[in-house]
This record gives sequence, structure tokens and C-alpha cells, in this order.
Amino acid sequence: MAGSVGTPILEAPVAEGASDQHLVLNMGPQHPSTHGVLRLVLEIDGEIVIRVYPEIGYLHTGIEKTCEAKFYQQVIPLTDRIDYLSPMANNLCYCLAVEKLLELEIPAKAQWTRVLLAELTRLNSHLVWLGTHAMDIGALTVFLYTFREREEILRLFEAVAGQRMMTSYFRIGGLSMEPPLDFFPRVQAFIQTFPEKIDEYSNLLTGNPIFVNRLKGVGPLSAADAIALGVTGPPLRASGVDIDLRRDMPYSSYEKFQFKVPISTAGDTWARYLVRLDEMRESVKIIQQALDGMPEGPIKADAPKIVLPDREKMKTQMEALIHHFKIVTEGFAVPAGEVYQGIESPRGQMGYYVVSDGTAKPYRVHMRNPSFATLQAVETMAKGRLLADLVAVIGSIDIVLGEIDR
Amino acid sequence: MSDSKALFGRVAVVDGMSEHPAVEAILAWNPDALTDAKFDRGELTLTIAPDEIRAAAQTVQAAGYNFFEDLTAVDWFPASPRFQLSYHILSHGYKERIRLRVMVEEAEPAVESITTVWPAANYYEREVFDLFGIRFEGHPNLRRIMMPDDWKGHPLRKDYPVEGYR
Repeated sequence: MAGSVGTPILEAPVAEGASDQHLVLNMGPQHPSTHGVLRLVLEIDGEIVIRVYPEIGYLHTGIEKTCEAKFYQQVIPLTDRIDYLSPMANNLCYCLAVEKLLELEIPAKAQWTRVLLAELTRLNSHLVWLGTHAMDIGALTVFLYTFREREEILRLFEAVAGQRMMTSYFRIGGLSMEPPLDFFPRVQAFIQTFPEKIDEYSNLLTGNPIFVNRLKGVGPLSAADAIALGVTGPPLRASGVDIDLRRDMPYSSYEKFQFKVPISTAGDTWARYLVRLDEMRESVKIIQQALDGMPEGPIKADAPKIVLPDREKMKTQMEALIHHFKIVTEGFAVPAGEVYQGIESPRGQMGYYVVSDGTAKPYRVHMRNPSFATLQAVETMAKGRLLADLVAVIGSIDIVLGEIDR
Repeated sequence: MSDSKALFGRVAVVDGMSEHPAVEAILAWNPDALTDAKFDRGELTLTIAPDEIRAAAQTVQAAGYNFFEDLTAVDWFPASPRFQLSYHILSHGYKERIRLRVMVEEAEPAVESITTVWPAANYYEREVFDLFGIRFEGHPNLRRIMMPDDWKGHPLRKDYPVEGYR
């Protein structure tokens, strides 16, 4: 079993200079508050946490290795499965990386639709975070409310991609197909009412004394520590570091959108809650701008050797049929080189590092997933505090074990 | 950024990008440590001599590249040197990313750990150690992270079959 031997806390159960009252406690891998299969080996003194040692790898499926055996376009469905709460963010990051290698120009409509869906993904992911985080703290009702709206988002995903969770909707060179005719009106109807729903969650939690007392001042993380430990996304911004790749290093035409980046300086669990709640409101604004300004035009790049032809063309034009056959059976060669593409996923800075040797299969694909680095900060946040606070801390950093273990 | 011309080779980058804060800092610190460089698709890659990586990390950190983003390896089997380490460092101030690249020989691959510069590299170095078998000298807790402790081999090496050993 992973790590049944070789866990520092088990080897030397007592921290230096401590009394022999310390207890080693195993939290997980099946503990409900660990959001997946995370095992935390804890050294506790009464109810005070002295050391935390996260043991990961239970969900390791070797996705990076599998990528090397697939054609470039076959990797897209694998990227969904890394983070099952924000599939579109992974699709987007991978597609952008390969498009950078190919130096491919993406039509405006595809870029804007990607932004719209990436923000819906952010809402989707934050809704699951909010529901489960509140549930960890003991506020069971919120979960039912957030999943009501999440269901609506999943229906939108189904309408556009045919799949609720593993969407694989983005393609190298654009989108897989035109969104259905009623798709944009449905998104409009959804975001029309969504801000009220955020107020509803806020009413349930922000003034709730139990929730506030469990979160305020718990799990503090200074800006310096957050940067040193590689923390990104909402936890980093909640510690007062003003960085958001959507605004600072824009991709997929994010530079055309106006939005605020919520910041807090408190750095505690409560600040992370407020930052994410505000992020949802900003996402709604971005979606509204995407709907209002959605450009007309094609949804796929003009690159017949890379992008699959339309079904109709394939049936009527010999050229298109040949291209289709070639792409599906042999893939397409990507010029040699290496690129790193970073995006702001719901959980923080995601990055795909793709190395090509000039063939139709990637030589190496590496994913930089935000949860992996953020998990390193758990000990800093939970040290010297109650065991129950650890549950609040894990909830507040919003980790997904699928993307940690890959 | 991406519309600037591609530059390949140490000479081209040193001549063409001498104003770049990272290039400037590395040259001021130790010009011999920079063995190769390229600027391709809007990304700057600086190849550092293997035994200088920790000092190079310190140098770029002092030059404003304050955030360690990613570390991974590439196995160029059967070429020599076999392994490439890619460190991605982000600057919050310049809103820009650089890549430090280190080539490591196949026999007993090892480099210095940069966990003293950025503690965030801890998990990343463990991952590279686990999946590629490259050691990081001075790492506080260098043990497998993804695979079980008693696992044989390093799965992301190119001579390790995709289906695993049966």
C-alpha cells in the first residue's frame, strides 16, 4: 500500500522537544472531508495538530505516460479525467498548448465560446466547493442549493458537448461543433437568475455565527508563505497577492473582457470563502460580456490537415475525405519544440508543458495542477490548531485528488 | 511577446536579449553557467550547467522571478545526456515566465535540490525522483510520491513500457 512504510511521522512519531503525550492519527484515505482519496498522517497533542504529512498517489493512473502513446487529438479526453470538476479548464489548457506549438490562429467565435464555457466551468467548480465546504462545517442545506444550480450548468454542458461531466468539447483548432441554436439563450436565462442565487448562499452562510466562527482566523497563510509554497488561485489572492493569469497574462482573448480580481488580505479560511464567492459574481459578468459580444464566424481554424472537416464536406468532397481519413488514422505531425501554457483554472494556475519531437504523438505532456502545490501548504495552515480546523482548511483550499495524483 | 523573432543558441539570445532581466542577472552572476539558450514561441529557455542550478534559481529569484511554478523532466533516451529538467519560473512583477533547463547524464542522475530557494519544489522534485529516478541532493524528504514505496523502476522513463511490466 502506498506509504504504509516510509512516512516520516510514523518513523519518528514525536516531534523534537515534545513530550511523549503525542498521538499519531491516520485521517483518510476514506475520510469524508478529504474530498477524494487523500491520507493525512497527523501527529496530535490532545486536539492540537503538531504535524501533518499528506500521503498521496492513491488515484495515480499514469495519465502523463498514457498521453505519450496517443495522437495529439486523442489526449483531450484524458485531460477531462484529471479534474472531473473543471474538465473544460483542462481541455482549454491542453488545446492552447498544442495550438501554441502549431502556431495556429483560432477564430474569434471559438475563443469567446471557450471563455464563456471556461467561466461556466468556474461556476460549476466553485458550486461544488461551496456545497462540500459548507457540508464539512456542518451546514448541510447549502449543498442542496448549490447542486440545484450546478445541475443547470451540467445541462448546459450536455447541450453543447453531449456529456455532462467529461465534456471534451474543445478541439485543437477550435470547438468540436457549433453550439445548439438555443444554447446562448439558455445561458442567458441561467445567468439572469444566478446572482440572486449567490445572494441566497451568502444569506445562508455569511451571517451564520457557527459558520463564521469555524472559519474566521482559521488556517492563516501569509503572502510570503503562499508564494514560497507554490499556492495559486483563490488561496493566493486571499493572502493578498494580486495575480490572476486571466488578467495578467491573458489567453483565449481574455484581454477583451472587463472584470475585477477579488483580493483579500486576511489570508484565512474566511477570506478564501469570500474571494471565491466574489469570483462567482465576476464570472457571471464575464459570461454576460461573452454573450453580448459573441462574434460571428467559423468555430474551427482554417487548417484542413489539423482540424477535422465538417461531416457534410466529408461526404461530398474528396479532399475533405482524405484529410479526415489521414487525421483519424495517422494523426497530424506537430513541429518539434516545447511549450508551457498557463491558464487560471478554478483552483489556481494550471499549466500544460508539451514537448514535441515532430511526430503525431506528444513526446512528453506534463500537467502543472494547482491542487498539487496547494496541498503542500496544509501543514503551514493547520499547525498548532485544532483537529477540527484541519477539516475547514482542507475544504477551503478546494483540492481535487484526481488532479493531484493524475 | 509571441510576435518577436525566434532566437536559437546562446550567442543569439545573449546578443538579442541582453536587456532581459533574467538573462542580464545570469550573465552578471556567472556567464559560464549559461551553456545554451533559446527564445522560441514567445518562451525563453536558459540552459544551466547541472551543478549550478540552485545558485541559478537564487539568481533569477533575486532578479524578480519570484514564483516557482513547475518542475518536470523529459527523457531523451537513447540520446546523451539523457534527461532534461525543465523548471518554470514565473515573475509576478514582469508578468512573464522563463524556463531553466538542465541536462543530466544517464549514469546516477542527480542535481542539487532547489527546495532551499523555493520550498514549493518539494513535491515536484519528489515526483521527478519517483517517475524518472533523478536524485535531488539536499532534498529534505526524497521518497516516492505517486508510486508505492516498493515499486521497481521509474514509469515515465522511455524504456519503461506504457502497459507496465507484465
